Amino acid sequence: MAVFLQQLVNGISLGSVYALFALGFTLVFGVLEIINLAHSAVLAVGALLAYTLFTRLGVGLIPALLGSFIGTGLLGIAIDYVAFRPLRIRQAARLASLISSIGVALILVNLGQILWGSEPLSYPPGTVPLRFFTAGGVTVSLLQIVTLATTVALLIGLRLLLTRTKVGMAIRAVAENPTTASLLGMPFDRVVMFTFFLSSALGGVAGVLIGMLLQGSVSPFMGNAYGLKGLAAIILGGMGDITGAVLGGFIIGIGEIMIVQYLNSSYRDGVAFGLLFLVLIIRPTGLLGQRRGREA
Amino acid sequence: MSLLLAFYNAYSTLILFSGVAALLALSIYVTLMAGQLSLGNAALATIGGYTAAILTRDHHAPLWVALLSGALLATTVAIIIGIPSLRLRGVYLAIATLAFGEVVRVAALNLRITGGALGLVGIPRLATFWHVYGTLAAVAFFFYRLERSRVGRALAAIREDETAAQAMGVRVTYYKVLAFAIAGFISGLAGGLSVHFTYIINPSQASFGEAVNILTFAVFGGTTTFLGPIVGGIALTVLPEALRFLREYRLLLNGAILVLVTIYLPQGILAPHLWRWRRARV
Repeated sequence: MAVFLQQLVNGISLGSVYALFALGFTLVFGVLEIINLAHSAVLAVGALLAYTLFTRLGVGLIPALLGSFIGTGLLGIAIDYVAFRPLRIRQAARLASLISSIGVALILVNLGQILWGSEPLSYPPGTVPLRFFTAGGVTVSLLQIVTLATTVALLIGLRLLLTRTKVGMAIRAVAENPTTASLLGMPFDRVVMFTFFLSSALGGVAGVLIGMLLQGSVSPFMGNAYGLKGLAAIILGGMGDITGAVLGGFIIGIGEIMIVQYLNSSYRDGVAFGLLFLVLIIRPTGLLGQRRGREA
Repeated sequence: MSLLLAFYNAYSTLILFSGVAALLALSIYVTLMAGQLSLGNAALATIGGYTAAILTRDHHAPLWVALLSGALLATTVAIIIGIPSLRLRGVYLAIATLAFGEVVRVAALNLRITGGALGLVGIPRLATFWHVYGTLAAVAFFFYRLERSRVGRALAAIREDETAAQAMGVRVTYYKVLAFAIAGFISGLAGGLSVHFTYIINPSQASFGEAVNILTFAVFGGTTTFLGPIVGGIALTVLPEALRFLREYRLLLNGAILVLVTIYLPQGILAPHLWRWRRARV
């Protein structure tokens, strides 16, 4: 039982990072119905930005997280401007956006390689002090607590932003129906810009947290492993559904840890994606998604 | 002639890779003809590759037997995943087929017969220029005929409007599964051919990146006619080599080309309006 509880704790901290990453995916999908495959490259850029802030400027954890948040957020706006806006203006097929986002991902990973090199880099030790707390046979590291706290704070912040503020309501209105929202005076372009900022900023922070959970090993290629997991999370939960993405992230994080513990570590990805395939076949709208009239 | 031979000897692998890329691009094109975006072709090619490799390497089967067996197994798998997947549309179908690819990759990683993470090595070199380009020519001719046939028109009808096609008496499910099966056959062939000049196959060939590459070939070339995927596959295989002088900026340019083509040439580089000598068709 103690093992199970311990692994549950580990799964929750991993799942919280997946949730954060999946949120960025789902925000853009919810508002524009496009899948931004450059999101996983943004995750890597966020992690690498934090590395530079740690090592060059010697800042602490909070300024580094903040720097990544703002840096990747601005990058998100730039991505939209270069790769998605021209297609949106032309009202191109959604497939086109998917492909142009692949191009952006290539560019970002290559730029990352040029700026930071291809070797994995390590965060300086002691960024988060190595400290453990034990209660009832379950050990929690300070790092896990910091990760979970950051994620929960961001989730609550996002929730409040979307439900309580004017810009949040505008985002939801545009997600519901872009044409009607524009007719009612919502500044469509600014809403999209803000959505991309938020989405990429969350991805960047997820990158820093993943970098720390992986013993500080970050590289331009680190996003590749998470792109598909993020997709899996938003499909499990229901595309474009905020709560669904969080739920999906936690299910995948906890599921992975449990499969490694009780089954075979090399089947971990296979089980996750087998499950994903089944969900798509049995309930294509995901766990929380509602059946929509339109086609994705 | 000797100059040609020297050129071929220097670039033979690249030339063979281009042919295989063109075949893979055609395999995704057939499902796109019916308006279905399937990203499982890299995995289907991997299935074909493993099957063919096991047959020639361990059982000394002739190349054509191995290729055909691989292609048929890939077709069978394509039909099995095709039938349930056809309930899904657009992005959802794309993701379901991506998930299928991931399952194939993990299965290849864990099965004994596929050699685990190392894959299979020491596959005999049996595929030559004529095997690859002969297959490509045959498949291209097949598409040339297909586009003008009853099946091709049915696929186009489904792509334009599924409901209307059904109302006109087109058997939508049948044709969609047929498109999946053809895609499986062609990618299985391509996979079987490629392992017989690269000598190795490993699970990474079913990865997300490979699946995306195949889609890129087709979109870059354009999906208005079957010539698009062929040109796209060859061009995008040769391009990274031709851009080798750019060294570390190579992928950067690759990505930029992808973005620019999707934005400015939505119908690919073989868009009819760019090539006036070819009449624009719907």
